Amino acid sequence: MTLLDLVDVGKSYGAVQALSHVSVSIAPGEIVGLMGDNGAGKSTLVKIIAGVFRPSEGMVRFADKEVHFNHPIDARNVGIEVVHQDLALADNLTASANIFLGREMHRHLGPFRFLDHRGMERRSAEIFRELKSETRPTEIVRRMSGGQRQAVAIARTRLADARLILMDEPTAAISVRQIAEVLALIGRLRDSGIAVILISHRMPDVFDICDRVIVMRRGRVVANKPIAKTTPQEVTGLITGAVETA
Amino acid sequence: MSDFANITRVPWHSRGFLASQTAYVSLALLLLIVIVSLVAPVFLTFGNLSNVLTDFSYVAIVSLGSTIVIITGGIDLSVGSSMGLSAIITALLFQVLGASPLAAIPGAVMACSIIGGLCVGGFIGLCNGLLIARVGLTPFVTTLGMLSIVRGLCYAITGGQGVNIGGADSELFFRLTDGTLFGLPVPLIYVVLLGILMAIILHHTSRGRYVFAIGGNERAAELTGVPVTNIKTGVYVISGLSAAFAGILLAGWLGSVPANLADGYELRIIAASVIGGANLLGGVGGPLGAIVGAALIEVIRNGLVLAHVNTYWQDTFVGAIIIAAVFVDRLRSRRLGH
Repeated sequence: MTLLDLVDVGKSYGAVQALSHVSVSIAPGEIVGLMGDNGAGKSTLVKIIAGVFRPSEGMVRFADKEVHFNHPIDARNVGIEVVHQDLALADNLTASANIFLGREMHRHLGPFRFLDHRGMERRSAEIFRELKSETRPTEIVRRMSGGQRQAVAIARTRLADARLILMDEPTAAISVRQIAEVLALIGRLRDSGIAVILISHRMPDVFDICDRVIVMRRGRVVANKPIAKTTPQEVTGLITGAVETA
Repeated sequence: MSDFANITRVPWHSRGFLASQTAYVSLALLLLIVIVSLVAPVFLTFGNLSNVLTDFSYVAIVSLGSTIVIITGGIDLSVGSSMGLSAIITALLFQVLGASPLAAIPGAVMACSIIGGLCVGGFIGLCNGLLIARVGLTPFVTTLGMLSIVRGLCYAITGGQGVNIGGADSELFFRLTDGTLFGLPVPLIYVVLLGILMAIILHHTSRGRYVFAIGGNERAAELTGVPVTNIKTGVYVISGLSAAFAGILLAGWLGSVPANLADGYELRIIAASVIGGANLLGGVGGPLGAIVGAALIEVIRNGLVLAHVNTYWQDTFVGAIIIAAVFVDRLRSRRLGH
């Protein structure tokens, strides 16, 4: 079964053709690296998959059904989660509050629903233990390091039980110890049948964890091949244009 | 296994409530009460304290509502005018309904008049909320315009004359708005009840948490499925309702509603919220802060009166306290490393 299918997707903003003729398939449990220089179209592609934009041309299919996302909520509802580059966290709330934002746990007292603070903190602590992260659920996000904030953002996708996770530069702002742990976590996602699309400019990370790499340049896909069949040199060439396609 | 080898807990006085602006201002309030009591011992008499507690209640109640708006990163400048128009409409309804068949049912005239007044405040809030949350206008300009519109209506409707409250149910109304319960002025009891309600809603319900999330990172809140537009509209309705409620209480205390009731109150109300710890950038604030901020301003005003200082100096002192409060807040944040 194909999890995600992009068929001839294009996106234009006025005179700018941000994407053209993008056709890509992702299977469950695949980890795909998405690489390309600034302006290549990576972010636009991910935003279309995540439901932020509608494509100007072409079609998106998820779990073999055509989908039309009008809002990120629609994408989330079918199981697509995003970990944004800026992590989209509310700095003034605790880690636990951020993880459960929009999906709070409640206790019922008569006709009223109250927040189940302890339940949420306990579950958050569980997830952080799984992620092997040094993060306290009750700590305010403003006071956290980049690595801890990344852990909170990833913890949120763990809670959502996603089928496809889109990660925008997940290892760009975290500590060395945690890069290995985030990559290990992404590997464990694969074992649960979750597919991951990773936007990354870090070649070692992509070659470490990805099954396949897609390279984009000027809005088009110039390569879509298993990692085993390519090299960092070839990928670099594809990104810069020294190598046309592969 | 996780280890926190180089991370210790921040000392007790530098974290949580004790490190917050509200704690500092509460301390300042206690100090101020001590100073004023020493300078003018009459401050602590039952009569004077009753006055202080009554006077501060009107500002405190509206501050509760305005703090919620400020937490979302917005502001409501129209609250003073809303207080006025709600009070005027309530008084007019008393007159109109008092002369109607409704007067035969005890309490009906009062109930309808109060509901009418509250609806006015709620409706003003709804207009603000829709313009700000749905159309996307900036809160400052929108509520500034509403301030003028509503105050203008106050004068237009009354023709500049005061509106008396009398006739059917008026005695009951005065007891509910200007009476005492267990020796405490009734407005104060409303402050405490509404403060507790607000604390429960803000800290223990998902909607309350969404208010903070919108103030902290509106885009993140939107992406995670928080109903941002609804909540932003709702907080202005709450602000309008709190202004209406306070305006009606004030009308009960005055007995007659002048067209300029609560004129200029919006500055004291917002000052109370900000002094109490609500950050105008959003994401921070609470009911305790609103109440302490309002109390601080009122104690200063009362202290100045008891010390026979010219009343014209009151505004100058209150303004100085506002600047001092945000200055202290800045020093406090710097010290904590923000």
